[in-house]
Amino acid sequence: MSNFTRQVMVCGGTGCIASESDVIIDRFREGLASLGLEGEVQVLKTGCFGFCGQGPIVKIHPDNVFYVKVTPADVSEIIQEHLIKGRRIERLLFTDPKTQIRLEKHEKMEFYQKQYRIALRNCGFINPEDIEEYIAFNGYEALGIVLSEKTPQEVVQIVKDSGLRGRGGGGFSTGLKWELAAKSPGNEKYIICNADEGDPGAFMDRSILEGDPHSVLEAMAIGGYAMGANHGMIYIRAEYPLAIERLNIAMKQAREMGFIGKDIFGSGFDFDIEIKLGAGAFVCGEETALIHSMEGQRGEPTKKPPFPAEQGYKGKPTSVNNVETLANICPIILKGPEWFGSIGTATSKGTKVFALAGKVNNVGLVEVPMGTTLREIIFEIGGGIPDGKAFKAVQTGGPSGGVITQADLDTPIDYESLKSIGSMMGSGGMIVMDEDDDMVEIAKFYLDFTQDESCGKCTPCRIGTKRMFEILERLTNLEGDPEDLEKLQDLGRMIKDSALCGLGQTAPNPVLSTMKYFPEEYEAYARREKKTTYAIDSEKCIGCTACVRVCPVNCITGSVKEPHVIDETVCIACGACYDVCRFDAVVKP
Amino acid sequence: MAIKSLEELKKIREASKKKVDLREKGESTEGMTEILIGMATCGIAAGARETMKALYEAIDEAGLDNVRIIQVGCMGYCHSEPTVQVSQPSKAPVLYGKVDEQIAREIITKHILKDEFIDDHLLNKTFVKA
Repeated sequence: MSNFTRQVMVCGGTGCIASESDVIIDRFREGLASLGLEGEVQVLKTGCFGFCGQGPIVKIHPDNVFYVKVTPADVSEIIQEHLIKGRRIERLLFTDPKTQIRLEKHEKMEFYQKQYRIALRNCGFINPEDIEEYIAFNGYEALGIVLSEKTPQEVVQIVKDSGLRGRGGGGFSTGLKWELAAKSPGNEKYIICNADEGDPGAFMDRSILEGDPHSVLEAMAIGGYAMGANHGMIYIRAEYPLAIERLNIAMKQAREMGFIGKDIFGSGFDFDIEIKLGAGAFVCGEETALIHSMEGQRGEPTKKPPFPAEQGYKGKPTSVNNVETLANICPIILKGPEWFGSIGTATSKGTKVFALAGKVNNVGLVEVPMGTTLREIIFEIGGGIPDGKAFKAVQTGGPSGGVITQADLDTPIDYESLKSIGSMMGSGGMIVMDEDDDMVEIAKFYLDFTQDESCGKCTPCRIGTKRMFEILERLTNLEGDPEDLEKLQDLGRMIKDSALCGLGQTAPNPVLSTMKYFPEEYEAYARREKKTTYAIDSEKCIGCTACVRVCPVNCITGSVKEPHVIDETVCIACGACYDVCRFDAVVKP
Repeated sequence: MAIKSLEELKKIREASKKKVDLREKGESTEGMTEILIGMATCGIAAGARETMKALYEAIDEAGLDNVRIIQVGCMGYCHSEPTVQVSQPSKAPVLYGKVDEQIAREIITKHILKDEFIDDHLLNKTFVKA
């Protein structure tokens, strides 16, 4: 046993580092050293805990105490009170949004209770820069078993039997993908890890690479063995510097220990991995565009067939697998396909990681079994909508998906069910909207993103999305007409039918789905009605002038202690007066 | 130091387990015995640090993987420091006072392994109920 009696685990994910968790680590080390405790308390930087809305997170073991929203200024108190005197620091504990009770252990938090972590199993639990910690939790055992005891065909069969499907959004059977690449003739084959996570709001791939990079490297080597590929490549966007740094460290360590390189586990199997940086274009998440980008060409998709399994990178058989998909491989090998197949629904096995964001109390990364309902994710794990507001809709599948309303909240989520209610799984972004959100503006936001990210190769996507965006702008500027709504529908359907790749084929989805569920909001814009105007209830207004002081366009007038009035022709409906009024005198129509 | 077999990998794993031992015990929820040790100023002055070290060594020697040591504050029994409480699953917690290194070892070898109390050092309160 080491001489350490305590471990302080500090989240080193990008989100928490942005809130100075690296400074927190330095302060801990300095503070402990000045007290001569550096030999007793070990400070570790881990991957993402997933509870990003509460970051930076500091966890103390073996006490199993979970501190949230820690700042560098809190460090000396944690050292003095908790580490030296053994007292919990109440104010840094998580407060349950429903019961207002302060919770000390993460397993008592609703956020963690319904989660089941396979892909995120090591995130926030190990030091991602130490291969020995990964090995301590059965790391590289799956690769050892595969290389010493299984044939490539058996590995393919295990993955097929497990029912694992692509987590990047396509939902194609991973085992089948490997089998197709294995059966394609040729000695030179490639396995590519798609880490070009482009869906705005989704960050599970980044978190896995930052928190548990070895799990992806090991799975790539297993996939390479299964399909007969000796080359692995990771296509990752350059805007993920921390993930790239951790991958490089992990690759160096894995190479030193012989988990990648020549004659792995003495089996005669050679496998090496290299990293290719992308410039962060959304379309490069599409596998053919990704391969072109890796080859040094423009990141544009080409039609399929030929599929990459037949002709991929440099024209050789290639399998492109998403990060989260790969993170599921090792547990499947170690625990068996039956175990994996026992989790989830009839058609979708295992778990899915969702990036929960927007108007929800517990923002973060959550991993739940397939078949969990949206209500469980948003209202139990997510802790519901902040400030007691009403739920309006949730967007899944990012800019390719659609909105899901109250009526479908109890649908058990899997690839098929989401499609049947007009959205899609996508890579797992989940943006929650409350009663105040304007659905036309939301659709416009997503379309602005896709029209900007369109690679320009095919006309429907290049010009079609631009025209749709212009119509939406016209509507929200109150310059539109009722026939604009028909145009939007027609154009949307045409783009879906005629665009070359997934980006264009799904780009109209946010517009079409919000038009389906919230037609009245579009119609109001088409009639050029201002969406909201605020007014002041003269009975309730006591003339405190608080609203006058916050109004950015100075449209509120009235003298002190007299009821005030809002000039509706000037009001921009920002809601500042509504938020500041303590007498409920400002009313929304 | 390239690893060439599953056996070699398992050796490295066993050696690496110690690095993550504190965490793994901390996260376990079932069947864990908790040993709480008073580590306030009074406890430390009375030798709680040495007591804790002895507890860790004794646990290691006995090869116990279901015991975790938690450092806690003062409970007012400053006259009997160092104090150590043993909380075993589904049993009432037991508190010991004046636990030196020798008694610490006995807590592991007698109380935990053989279910025998160390009568001379029993206190009738606990950290939970005090």
